[in-house]
Amino acid sequence: MTLSMFHAFWTGLLLAIFIGIVVWAYSGKRRARFEAAARLPLDDGEN
Amino acid sequence: MATQDTYNYTVVRQFAIMTVIWGIVGMLVGVLIAAQMAWPVLNFDIPWLTFSRLRPLHTNAVIFAFGGCALFATSYYVVQRTCHVRLFCDKLAAFTFWGWQAVIVSAAVTLPLGITSSKEYAELEWPIDVLITLVWVAYAVVFFGTLVKRKVAHIYVANWFYGAFILTIAVLHLFNSAALPVSLWKSYSAYAGVQDAMVQWWYGHNAVGFFLTAGFLGIMYYFIPKQAERPVYSYRLSVVHFWALAFTYIWAGPHHLHYTALPDWAQSLGMVFSLILLAPSWGGMINGIMTLSGAWEKLRTDPILKFLIVSVSFYGMSTFEGPMMSIKTVNALSHYTDWTIGHVHSGALGWVAMVSIGAMYYLIPRLFGRKIHSVKLIETHFWVATIGIVLYITSMWISGVMQGLMWRAVNPDGTLTYSFVESVQAMHPYYIVRFLGGAVFLSGMLVMAYNLWKTIAGARPAVAAIPAPAH
Repeated sequence: MTLSMFHAFWTGLLLAIFIGIVVWAYSGKRRARFEAAARLPLDDGEN
Repeated sequence: MATQDTYNYTVVRQFAIMTVIWGIVGMLVGVLIAAQMAWPVLNFDIPWLTFSRLRPLHTNAVIFAFGGCALFATSYYVVQRTCHVRLFCDKLAAFTFWGWQAVIVSAAVTLPLGITSSKEYAELEWPIDVLITLVWVAYAVVFFGTLVKRKVAHIYVANWFYGAFILTIAVLHLFNSAALPVSLWKSYSAYAGVQDAMVQWWYGHNAVGFFLTAGFLGIMYYFIPKQAERPVYSYRLSVVHFWALAFTYIWAGPHHLHYTALPDWAQSLGMVFSLILLAPSWGGMINGIMTLSGAWEKLRTDPILKFLIVSVSFYGMSTFEGPMMSIKTVNALSHYTDWTIGHVHSGALGWVAMVSIGAMYYLIPRLFGRKIHSVKLIETHFWVATIGIVLYITSMWISGVMQGLMWRAVNPDGTLTYSFVESVQAMHPYYIVRFLGGAVFLSGMLVMAYNLWKTIAGARPAVAAIPAPAH
């Protein structure tokens, strides 16, 4: 495999990982977890 | 043991106060060199006061002293309060404060003396670079050490942005500052020719992307929800925002080298990635602003929120302008003109300074257990700052586009229509307006210093207890 081919696959792999992250973040299963996470700075007792 | 149950506010307080002081110093130098552009006699024929030596002093002071202290202060505050744990290793945290101040003071001494590596935004010579490395490693140990011993399972998104900022700056600094010392105050870059230029702008643009963007997005993701008393608009968008930024920013540097000896493919790659960057940038902007969705009336009465939200609006503006200017045909007009200076300051004053100022107005009274002396003066500061920015960036836009058009104008016989000095003469009135804009913005900082002084004078440092684990 040439270096160019490696770079091409590598770029494709990174793109696939990114799309995976988007799908993961927006899947319905994680809705409640993320809503709780968003409240983290607000539920710190005072101020 | 009392120290086990409280947050380390000491180091946060130190950095927060120095943020305001270095902000005033750095902007004062900026106003002076802006005045020198309009009235060159103001360098008084003293070498230490020439534009060439004070300009890097201005950029280093506002980016690394003002911006840097704001990032240290807020990251230490946010990581403790979202992890429900005291900062890892108080002594190391104190070292980062004193070490960073030593870096700043060395910069303030060496740059006017003309000691420089001549790399933009990395002018400091190698002994100071070594000190920066030591402080930065200590910073990483303190920050990530705190994350490791956290009492909350989830790592809040603001910490992800701070973490990426700390890691990336470490890598950028190490590679870009690689140099061969020939004496105590002189070194030569490890790279030559176009490779040196590419490494420099890989560093330079990612300093914008990770120092001036990712770090301050950490501020946005914590302080806007806190001040608005509402959770961020979309947490999932913030996750995608983070990774999109991390995946794309690193490639955008070549847009600083359009039409140079850099290979064409690298220039085009830089342009394409700069255009792609619009998506994560605007995703983040929308996330910040829409946090106020359903509570817009707060914007009418709360000047701290005005600072924070307007800063994010400026972030949106300059991250639209940036990709546009990275298009090669637009860059052919804009590059080397005042348009670039206007663009940088819409980001630096509008986004970085405004979000830091908002965060300091939130933070400093709390660090001293006081209420702010005068909300009205914050309101005054907000309007003064906004007017200053508008004067600055509009004058630079007009001046820059005019410069670009004058330089490329040719007569029918192919000769240049204008000599260079004619374009310099045409810029004069805009340089005066730019100086006024900068001076107005600086006066707002003095209002801030007065207001905060009245707030904390005679106050005892606040001690904040860590909440007991909920489960």
